[in-house]
Amino acid sequence: MDLKELYQDIILEHGKSPRNFGKCSGHNHEAKGYNPLCGDQVQVYLKLNNKKNVEEVTFEGSGCAISIASTSIMTELVKGKSLEIAKKIVNEFLNMIKSGSEIKTNDLNEDQKTKIMSLSGVKQYPMRVKCATLSWHTLVSALDGKKAEVNTENKINE
Amino acid sequence: MDIENIKSQFPIFSKKINGKPLVYLDSSNSSQKPISVINRLDSFYKNEFSNIGRSIHSLSVNATNKFDETRMSVKKFINASSKEEIIFTKNATESINLIASTFGQQNIKKGDEILITELEHHSNYVPWHYLREDKGAVIKFAPINKDGDIIISDLEKLISSKTKIIAVTHLSNVTGTIVPVKEIIDIAHKKNIPVLVDGCQSAPHLKIDVKDLDCDFYAISGHKVYGPTGVGILYAKKKWLEQLPPYIGGGGMISEVKKDRISYAQLPEKYEAGTMSTAEVVAFNESIKFMESIGIDNLISHERELTNYALEKLKAINFVNVIGNPKNKAGVISFTIKGIHPHDIATILDEDAVAIRAGHHCCQILHEKLKLNATARASFGVYNTKDDIDILCKAIENCRKVFDLK
Repeated sequence: MDLKELYQDIILEHGKSPRNFGKCSGHNHEAKGYNPLCGDQVQVYLKLNNKKNVEEVTFEGSGCAISIASTSIMTELVKGKSLEIAKKIVNEFLNMIKSGSEIKTNDLNEDQKTKIMSLSGVKQYPMRVKCATLSWHTLVSALDGKKAEVNTENKINE
Repeated sequence: MDIENIKSQFPIFSKKINGKPLVYLDSSNSSQKPISVINRLDSFYKNEFSNIGRSIHSLSVNATNKFDETRMSVKKFINASSKEEIIFTKNATESINLIASTFGQQNIKKGDEILITELEHHSNYVPWHYLREDKGAVIKFAPINKDGDIIISDLEKLISSKTKIIAVTHLSNVTGTIVPVKEIIDIAHKKNIPVLVDGCQSAPHLKIDVKDLDCDFYAISGHKVYGPTGVGILYAKKKWLEQLPPYIGGGGMISEVKKDRISYAQLPEKYEAGTMSTAEVVAFNESIKFMESIGIDNLISHERELTNYALEKLKAINFVNVIGNPKNKAGVISFTIKGIHPHDIATILDEDAVAIRAGHHCCQILHEKLKLNATARASFGVYNTKDDIDILCKAIENCRKVFDLK
């Protein structure tokens, strides 16, 4: 295991200066995520327009570099995408983290693929997987308009 | 005290983690096990295994005797008055639950108050919360000051005519605060209030004398005292154990069972239902022998020296913030690093085979008070050395490099 594979420059940079941080104005969907093992929490805010496109997506929360960077990158990747494509990207991400699958979607450009793949090192650190995936599950919950809080210990054990 | 000799008794230290020698700084979570304990588990299962107390055959008689020998050793180790006061449980959590449940059932009604502190581990809060939910009890929290000390006069102010029990930790698993429990017990007893002491962290680090403390209840986890998992101890004054109702029902805890009535066994069996962690309790005797072979005073002075050395070294690193500054502190040091989350610290330290804990350490009330989501924690055992501290500090320096912080 090489720490630099986990803490790549992209991750450190997003961890220090997260994009889309804060509450976006006019959000019409939101969801909360919580990891009871460490106390990390995240809140995802979405503005879905009438064509079901993600017009705005932002987040608030506290957590480690992995979780903040993962959330920051996530918001960049799904912004402007349709609800359907956004969910597809989430699935690709989760498959990459859990089983090491490659990112195949054509819905991301090369730069975006580099960003999402910068998180692939997390797979080597099983105890950190939930840090990386919490906000993605929370995003799905927000997209689906679910009310219940996403909890890593109830939901992300598959 | 010959640390090299002590360390060599722990087989885990001959293993490499990530290709490096293990620096184990997570003993507050659970301690490593000396070879004598491991061998005893092995030999008991190989040569002596039987369930206890139920059969007449030779193996069972021997197992029952060995189980009882551990009870006698525990009695001596904590200076209890009789072996009837020593109840084996699964862990300290179960010990506290046992008292919260049975004491609550008998003595707590709506509006009654339970006094705990902001330092408590969840296992000394959640069981009392059940009484808040079931009985409408009120839980009060004695506050800590900025150093992480309980202010006795503040605690005293929270005692009222409705206070039915005080439950307090002997040693904080986050700040390392050694709580003056004897003083608290004196105050409580003047008002006829019983006191439960959570001794989970203190048992491996302090001299425990329940007679001197005069506590009503004392809870210990065997796995933190160099013993196997699955062994907890509840010390309770005999008058309480006689008076309180039984807890878990089943085989072994009964005297006579009829279709219309059941009577319960004498102490300590009244509180030991079902098959116990037989081999683990037998092997726990070796843990006590191990502690006694070192001598608790030697162990205390070794850990004090180590703690002072670690505090000095950590405080010298300008980006490390040590949490709390209690008057009396044991070998538990929680800290944060500016710009790096404790989880990231733990991952980076693990690369150097430095095992620490990161998170809220089952103390969310305390972390809320400290306005922190999480902390990193290094905690010591008898096997730790100053070299371990030096490696820890070097690994902490490496965190900044990985994060490219100036």
